[in-house]
Amino acid sequence: MRSVPEADKRIERNTMSEIAIHVENLSKLYRIGELQKYKALRDTLSDALYAPFRAVASLRNGHNGHQPTCYGHPSNNHFLSLKYISFEVKKGEALGLIGLNGAGKSTLLKILSRITKPAEGYVRLHGRVGSLLEVGTGFHPELTGRENIYLNGAIIGMRKKEIDRKFDEIVAFAEVEKFVDTPVKLYSNGMYVRLAFAVAAHLEPEILLVDEVLAVGDAAFQKKCLGKMEDVTHEGRTVLLVSHAMAAIQNICSRAVLLNAGTMCADGPMAPVIRQYLEMVQSDAVLPLDNRTDREGSGSLTFINFYAVSPSRGVTDTVCTGEDVTLVAEYRAGNESALKNVSVAIPFFNHTGQQMFTCWTRMTGQDYAQVGPSGEFRVHIKRFPLMAGRYSLNLFSEVNGYLADWVRNAAILQVVDGDFFGTGHVVSDPHGGVAVRHLWEYVARHSSLER
Amino acid sequence: MMLLEGLLRSRNFGGDTEEIPPLEIYPASGWRFLDVRELWNYRELVYFLAWREIKVRYKQTAIGVAWAVLQPLAMMVIFTVFLGKLAKIPSEGVPYPLFAYAALLPWQLFSRTITESTNSLVADQRLITRVYFPRIIVPISTTIAAVVDFVIAAGLLLVLMLIYGVVPGAAAVWLPAFVLLMIVTALGVGFWLSALNVEYRDVAYTIPFLNQFWFFLTPVVYPSSLVPERWQVLYGLNPMVGVVEGFRWALLGVGKGPSPMLAVSILIAVALVISGIIWFQRREQNFVDALGSGGR
Repeated sequence: MRSVPEADKRIERNTMSEIAIHVENLSKLYRIGELQKYKALRDTLSDALYAPFRAVASLRNGHNGHQPTCYGHPSNNHFLSLKYISFEVKKGEALGLIGLNGAGKSTLLKILSRITKPAEGYVRLHGRVGSLLEVGTGFHPELTGRENIYLNGAIIGMRKKEIDRKFDEIVAFAEVEKFVDTPVKLYSNGMYVRLAFAVAAHLEPEILLVDEVLAVGDAAFQKKCLGKMEDVTHEGRTVLLVSHAMAAIQNICSRAVLLNAGTMCADGPMAPVIRQYLEMVQSDAVLPLDNRTDREGSGSLTFINFYAVSPSRGVTDTVCTGEDVTLVAEYRAGNESALKNVSVAIPFFNHTGQQMFTCWTRMTGQDYAQVGPSGEFRVHIKRFPLMAGRYSLNLFSEVNGYLADWVRNAAILQVVDGDFFGTGHVVSDPHGGVAVRHLWEYVARHSSLER
Repeated sequence: MMLLEGLLRSRNFGGDTEEIPPLEIYPASGWRFLDVRELWNYRELVYFLAWREIKVRYKQTAIGVAWAVLQPLAMMVIFTVFLGKLAKIPSEGVPYPLFAYAALLPWQLFSRTITESTNSLVADQRLITRVYFPRIIVPISTTIAAVVDFVIAAGLLLVLMLIYGVVPGAAAVWLPAFVLLMIVTALGVGFWLSALNVEYRDVAYTIPFLNQFWFFLTPVVYPSSLVPERWQVLYGLNPMVGVVEGFRWALLGVGKGPSPMLAVSILIAVALVISGIIWFQRREQNFVDALGSGGR
């Protein structure tokens, strides 16, 4: 009944003991409406009313009425989040999964960890699977540290016996010995996170699926941990890591898979795949905004052009740290009428995918009550704070509380060193990613003798 | 970070792993029944989720678990004063407080289960969209937590029986069977409502109304003998009728005991739980997509 005998045989034959993860022709279909809101009974009733007519129509067109709607030829309100993905991961191998936002990385991880089902395809996992899509899942603020260790442990798949055995170790690791019987709602943020990580750290699966946990913590500590994680894979544990932090991936993984808009466009050694990824990030943003199709939202508002204006050089794609910059996003309304209650956001990401800051009308209390059917939004940034580098921008807009348009990597902004502090010197040695206006003051203390 | 460090510290890697069969993932496959073995493997999670619910429910309350007794007790007092004394509703020869309380016990469990089951999956959205486990565990553990309250509240019934000097007869041996019928009914309705509420939040809004409606369709404050004889079998279509009548019969020795009405109730309860499981399993595959993943 299921079309996998071929895959079955192949696995059985060659690598029963060497392959940890086998993924074959995996696809996932989403209905856009389902992603955003739940159905009201009314919608289904009307759906049901029209269903017989649709079935008749599709029979007439020679389609099988029982097939998932539009599968294979996605219509406007369907999209394939994954398209026929196939790869294998050997035991003890660490595979990095990279791609732009919305490329399907998280969806793939969710299928592998059985949280969601694929629409097509087949996956075979050899060994106990532990997935950490988020640490501290199921932590309850009212429960004590002790209670949460047991609850969270059970949730991520540990046996009670196992937790009993590792309990002291977990508590010591999290350094919360004194507070183990205190409700976690009274914990400091640091304690809370340490405890969450400690439980996760004591899960000992053969296959570990990790999503973005490396995005926490300071760089030095990350480096230390990454170095050690390499050892893990030498112990024979298989790791599948999703991250936007290229440095992290590069340090842990020996191989990478690059996803783009749901398709697999590269699979191989780290360096060339990362190079391809970076090229993709750039070329993607070069495509005129108006022609981009990899966008989400209702389309009641569509961004059609974006550019930066520097006071000295006019329209540009390169700005200097510290100069006053104006960013312009031109838009068009979906049905040529005025739009009410419009919110616009432009988040900035650095080359590792880390979000640096966001300009958002809601943050400044400037959501637009009404805008015309076309026009442009301008955001003025005084003393542009980002240090030299390439930055990727998203364009995001909500109309009446619903997602209207969301274009990831809508544009690339090149930032070059500039005289941020107005000292006549260029800030060329970036200590950190952003410059912040600040003033120093010296206050002398009188020595005790004089007093 | 620390996560990674911990991974490295795990020395006994592979130590207690027996050879487990490979895990296979296929597309959603339509109708299927409960995977009992898998459920058994997750029994500890059922326990921990029920335990969480009980722990959390009475945290930061002044009188804690006494609420489990206080709620049915307060209702009993109100019904006794207004319905027993003022409206003079017959209670088949037993003191009205006892008559009402014996019915309020299973009713409270049922009413609490349907209310909490309905919201259970939505309330655990973060859990469901981040970790795999058989989702049916969620309404099951909600029901188990309600059973714990039921057991506590049952203590007061013993006290009341002592006070009024009512000694249960031989029929009392059937009590466990009626407790089971009560749990099966609550589970069945819980499965249906919790799964429906993931996709149709309308369900949650109907719950207060449904509760009231169902309450009056169940002989909690009045004896079922008020319902004309020829309607009795039809009346039994509400499985809570069988449960409540059974409780009174087993504990207080009133009512008819086994009857066609009871048989109908049992049939309906079993049908509810089986269809509930099948429906739940069918919809389960869409839960994550319907719940969304909270921005991730």
